[in-house]
Amino acid sequence: MSPKTTVSVTLNLSFIKTQISSAPRYSLKNNFSDSVSLSQSHSHKLSSAFPIDLSEIKKRMSQVAVEAPPKGGFSFDLCRRNGMLSKKGVPPPSYRKTGTTIVGLIFQDGVILGADTRATEGPIVCDKNCEKIHYMAPNIYCCGAGTAADTEAVTDMVSSQLQLHRYHTGRESRVVTALTLLKSHLFKYQGHVQAALVLGGVDANGPHLHTIYPHGSTDTLPFATMGSGSLAAMSVFESKYREGLTKEEGIKLVCEAICSGIFNDLGSGSNVDVCVITKGQKEYLRNHQLPNPRTYVSSKGFSFPRKTEVLLTRITPLKEMVEVIEGGDTMEE
Amino acid sequence: MSIFEYNGSALIAMVGKNCFAIASDRRLGVQLQTIATDFQRIYKVHDRLFLGLSGLATDAQTLYQRLVFRHKLYQLREERDMKPETFASLVSAILYEKRFGPYFCQPVIAGLGDEDKPFICTMDSIGAKELAKDFVVAGTASESLYGACESMFRPDMEPEDLFETISQALLSSVDRDCLSGWGGHVYVVTPTEVKERILKGRMD
Repeated sequence: MSPKTTVSVTLNLSFIKTQISSAPRYSLKNNFSDSVSLSQSHSHKLSSAFPIDLSEIKKRMSQVAVEAPPKGGFSFDLCRRNGMLSKKGVPPPSYRKTGTTIVGLIFQDGVILGADTRATEGPIVCDKNCEKIHYMAPNIYCCGAGTAADTEAVTDMVSSQLQLHRYHTGRESRVVTALTLLKSHLFKYQGHVQAALVLGGVDANGPHLHTIYPHGSTDTLPFATMGSGSLAAMSVFESKYREGLTKEEGIKLVCEAICSGIFNDLGSGSNVDVCVITKGQKEYLRNHQLPNPRTYVSSKGFSFPRKTEVLLTRITPLKEMVEVIEGGDTMEE
Repeated sequence: MSIFEYNGSALIAMVGKNCFAIASDRRLGVQLQTIATDFQRIYKVHDRLFLGLSGLATDAQTLYQRLVFRHKLYQLREERDMKPETFASLVSAILYEKRFGPYFCQPVIAGLGDEDKPFICTMDSIGAKELAKDFVVAGTASESLYGACESMFRPDMEPEDLFETISQALLSSVDRDCLSGWGGHVYVVTPTEVKERILKGRMD
């Protein structure tokens, strides 16, 4: 079973303009559209000699579209149904966001990245200890703010592309490579992939720190903050940052900035994650500071008497692994 | 009214000592009318992996059928069952593929991984994974469920204690939600057996 690949193909024939589907014109990285237009241009040469009618071409193209295997990327089959639902007054769902405070700064030996650990779904905290500092390459890490699924998917995808590139070139990845891959993906989707990223790493050209906005624009900065808590964190950086910080001073400043986001911004909270990247080495300090411990735990806890009313119980024993005894002679003769 | 509130649902998964429990309510409704009181929300993917799907029931069934298909293909190719972490990545990828026209479903995945270590995970409707070490919740009653689980949960509970805790958390939360309830369905899975129990709850 393959989900129907919706491809919007405009043929390069002067008198025939055919479209397979009326899905919105998102740019899909799909080799399929090239091969179809090529085969159709061949049939155009034939058609001048043997006229083929429009319905024949449409039928052939729809057959080809159904048989094509899905080549990755997004699939838009449910868009029409969801559009119909929202027209009937059913609002689209809200997605899990990482409200967030993410920061990065360049110190004398490299780059330090920091993030809080709260994930929200509307006003509710759904994850009190999520990871917002994503691995891209052994020498490059990326913090993500915005829709959680988008930041995770986009950083995973570019991380795989960087690994393939490393195999291809045999060299350590450069931060600008990751930057270009991320910004071109985000620009292609015109801001609909809502990922705001702080990318930092150390490569052959030294330490680099960049911010990437959801529409695909980037900035290269010595210190950067993103997310709903960015103003709180930026105020700390603007007053206390200077060039040539040592590692301890840098970590302390990053923690202060994240804590100011945690305590002053409602979309950020819980703990502080820090990642220090220097030439040839990285330190990922997960939960480096825990400024919000749970202090109200009751020592008694809850213990329920066995009184839950049960209507039906079904016990299924799980299959035991069968042991094969070696050296049994019965089959050997 | 949100699309997730069309059918109504409540799902919890909790981790215990070398075991896990996954529980759901049993109501299927069409907005405010109840049309079934024995609706199955928790599906078995294989002996040690269970999947609960909350949200729009039609999308839940379609998604379940696609996932079972992919898992059976995996079993044929790899000649073994899928690990829970791998299955969670598969569900996340299938949901993210529909990023701009999503399935209106929130899955809860619970399984026993290597060395019988329990694994639970939930996602939003576009596949943002949330791995938790204690409990995960989903559904229309999720806000009450968060509160109930936060106070009733203790780490390292034995299977019988885990069953009592998850049942009490589920029943008390769905009592405060009009769209879910009508009993409960609890699976407690240990390395040696699966205990499936149907709870008696308020039928309103």
